[in-house]
Amino acid sequence: MIKVQNLVKTYGQIEAVRNISFEVQQGEIFAFLGPNGAGKTTTIKMLTTLLRPTSGTVEIDGLDAATNQNEVRKRFGIVFQDPSLDDELTAWENMDIHGALYGMPRKIRRERTEMLLKLFELSERRDHPVKQFSGGMRRRLEIARGLLHTPKILFLDEPTLGLDPQTRNQLWSHVQKLSQEERVTVFLTTHYMEEADRVAHRIAVIDHGTIVAQGTSAELKQQTSTETLEQAFLALTGSQIRDEGADSSNDMRNMAKMFRRPR
Amino acid sequence: MLTIYILWLRQLKRFSRSRARIIASFGQPLLYLLGLGFGFGPIFEKAGQGNYIQFVAPGIIAMTVLFASIFSGIEIIFDRQFGFLKEMLVAPVPRLLIMVGRTLGGATVAMIQALMVTVVCVLAGFRPSVAALPVAFVFLALIAIVFTAMGTAIASVLSDFQGFQLVMNFLVMPIFFLSGALFPLNNLPKAMDIIARIDPLSYGVDGLRATLIGVSHFGVGTDLIVLTVLSVVFMAIGAKLFARIQI
Repeated sequence: MIKVQNLVKTYGQIEAVRNISFEVQQGEIFAFLGPNGAGKTTTIKMLTTLLRPTSGTVEIDGLDAATNQNEVRKRFGIVFQDPSLDDELTAWENMDIHGALYGMPRKIRRERTEMLLKLFELSERRDHPVKQFSGGMRRRLEIARGLLHTPKILFLDEPTLGLDPQTRNQLWSHVQKLSQEERVTVFLTTHYMEEADRVAHRIAVIDHGTIVAQGTSAELKQQTSTETLEQAFLALTGSQIRDEGADSSNDMRNMAKMFRRPR
Repeated sequence: MLTIYILWLRQLKRFSRSRARIIASFGQPLLYLLGLGFGFGPIFEKAGQGNYIQFVAPGIIAMTVLFASIFSGIEIIFDRQFGFLKEMLVAPVPRLLIMVGRTLGGATVAMIQALMVTVVCVLAGFRPSVAALPVAFVFLALIAIVFTAMGTAIASVLSDFQGFQLVMNFLVMPIFFLSGALFPLNNLPKAMDIIARIDPLSYGVDGLRATLIGVSHFGVGTDLIVLTVLSVVFMAIGAKLFARIQI
């Protein structure tokens, strides 16, 4: 369902993503793990057509993401790491705009919006502006929105950040159900190793823009002779703390932004 | 079509829910109208140019459209900061449609603001020619489209608010002050005359004045042609720059 070959993204002289390749099968839950600044979000942006790769190819459902952008975009839903809702509008309106942008007929838009808002327990607040929502509610709304157009692939970029255990639990149960019952492919990143351990069929660990290990959770533990996924992760990526702000690729990204800004 | 409509509707909803923005849209025009209109009125009249409120009102209305339109375009920076831009950019629709929807929405909001200010002007003593209102409306729409597209183009290359002040001071304010919104363009020094001819708003102000009070410097036909060409040009530039946004 997702096929990545020799993917590279450079900002100036810094290589944020260095020649990574992997495949994700339909219905699979694939966890993409890595320390801050390892290249996770850059990779997701390239997979979701938001960023043009410097080189390499991304294939989504058999379609080249670079040449078939709109067809590719129809096939996935995404929950971004940062908020991406319109705060001034209500939950319902945010859903409705999304449905319209994905070309869903009004009737189906309404039915699915109602269903999803109910599923994520937002029905009662559907006509309240999002700016009145708590962090957890916003997150739930983003996830509901990402599922609105029945995507074949769901990208989740640290979806559980700032959520309480109840909501996290509910979210992952739902994701597992989607994968099992509807054969939705899930590509996720998270910093919570126990979550990846619980839901992911396969895991790739990325560090300094390269994939350092790939396999099932059991395989990774075996490879590193460790007991838990967290230990395996630390064994693979080292226990040094990464400061995202001071990370070189981030610096370069900011520099590149600065140069793009006309003065 | 659905894309354009839904993004147009979004702009209108955002505007109608922001009471602060609605009230603010009266503030500046009112200040210019009262301060300049009544302040300069007596001198203007003594110089044999007639009623200044009558003269300046179309300029104030054009100014309202200018500021509101640029702001609507610049709102893309908000969308970028608050994340909604990403939602639009991953949607399976051509960027051009997103840009057109946003621009038409922004232009509509600007026109609503202009109509509100027109009412204020009438209350202050402005007496426009009612028969010419439909044509004036066309001018309002053209001015709104030109500057919303310009705002969109600018916001597409700015990534945060730091550049916004720069744009206001070195682009928007000059466009307003040098457009003839506040003074007649006759007998200007050569340099000023050239600048006024380059300034897109000059043609908007002149068009409004021609239709609303029957005084024109360039002629309605010229105004209409220039503004139409400029709307197409700025829409094209805006669409091109918007399509290039990466995040």
